[in-house]
Amino acid sequence: MSAGSSDHEVAPDPARVRRAIHRQAASIVAAVAPFGIVFGASAARAGLTLLEAIGFSTLIFGGSSQFAAAEILGDGGSVVSAAVAGLLLNVRSLAFGVIMAPALTGALWQRAAMSQLMIDESIAVGTSQTDLKLRRYGYLVAGIGVFVVWNLTTIAGHLVFSGAGDLITDLGLDAAGPAAFLALLWPRLSHRPQLRTAVAGASIAVILIPMTPAGVPILAAMLGALVAGRVTERPVEDVPS
Amino acid sequence: MSDATIVLIVMTVGTFAMKSAGPLVLGARSLPRGVERVVDLLPAALLAALAIVSTVGDGRSIEIDARLVGLVVAGFALWRRAPFVVVVVLAAASTAVARLIS
Repeated sequence: MSAGSSDHEVAPDPARVRRAIHRQAASIVAAVAPFGIVFGASAARAGLTLLEAIGFSTLIFGGSSQFAAAEILGDGGSVVSAAVAGLLLNVRSLAFGVIMAPALTGALWQRAAMSQLMIDESIAVGTSQTDLKLRRYGYLVAGIGVFVVWNLTTIAGHLVFSGAGDLITDLGLDAAGPAAFLALLWPRLSHRPQLRTAVAGASIAVILIPMTPAGVPILAAMLGALVAGRVTERPVEDVPS
Repeated sequence: MSDATIVLIVMTVGTFAMKSAGPLVLGARSLPRGVERVVDLLPAALLAALAIVSTVGDGRSIEIDARLVGLVVAGFALWRRAPFVVVVVLAAASTAVARLIS
């Protein structure tokens, strides 16, 4: 598929695909809510003011990096270590940007504004679509949904400042994220190069968990795709739609 | 200025630079064929890594707990072609039950 084919036809009815995107986004947004509450609470415990906590969730808007930075600050870590750990967790945004760039077109300010929504969830929903318009739609719906809920729940968590951690595990909500990631990966697994890449990525990540700081296993897994892409002879645009 | 505010400013600038580099610099230009192939494979590696790390990862150690039950149930539900919401709810419910039992 070339990036310029805006009149590219998709096999399924776009209205149906949009409804599927809405359902995916709704599940993901619901899964994010408890974590927003936990972030608000841990930010409060780490000594961040409500305004600082909101700043993290609106301006940085990257769940795991916010947790990492707040945790390090709360443990009395240095400004440098908190910022570096946080930024390291967001380096994958560079790759996300490359994936999404053809779908996120428009004026400079529009591209800049849409870039702010670049998180795991918006990328996951967006990239599950091959058509560029639907890819952009999925990215925006999931991104805006998570942005709103993430910020509201950050405020709620900071204000309530309670042991929401127990509630999350009691309800099994910490398994909602992994399940959502697997569900989004699933359709790709029927294509051999994609399956190989997924297995390689998961293996690299698991092996590196005990050896590297948080965030690095995910980054390294994406490097696995580089290797798989070189090994794979068959061009991916041959994947049946 | 508090430490948290300094971290906030540094991370905001750095994160935005990384988020917007693709869309601002690259735009709609298409990538070379080889790069495009890699980019098409990237989400598979990413989603697989996110799924497994958020299931068995616990900071810098691997912890096998009830989350794995949820992931296996999710896999089964997907194999049975269950809708997305059902997959996520089943994963959460089975994890909660597994914790209750253990």
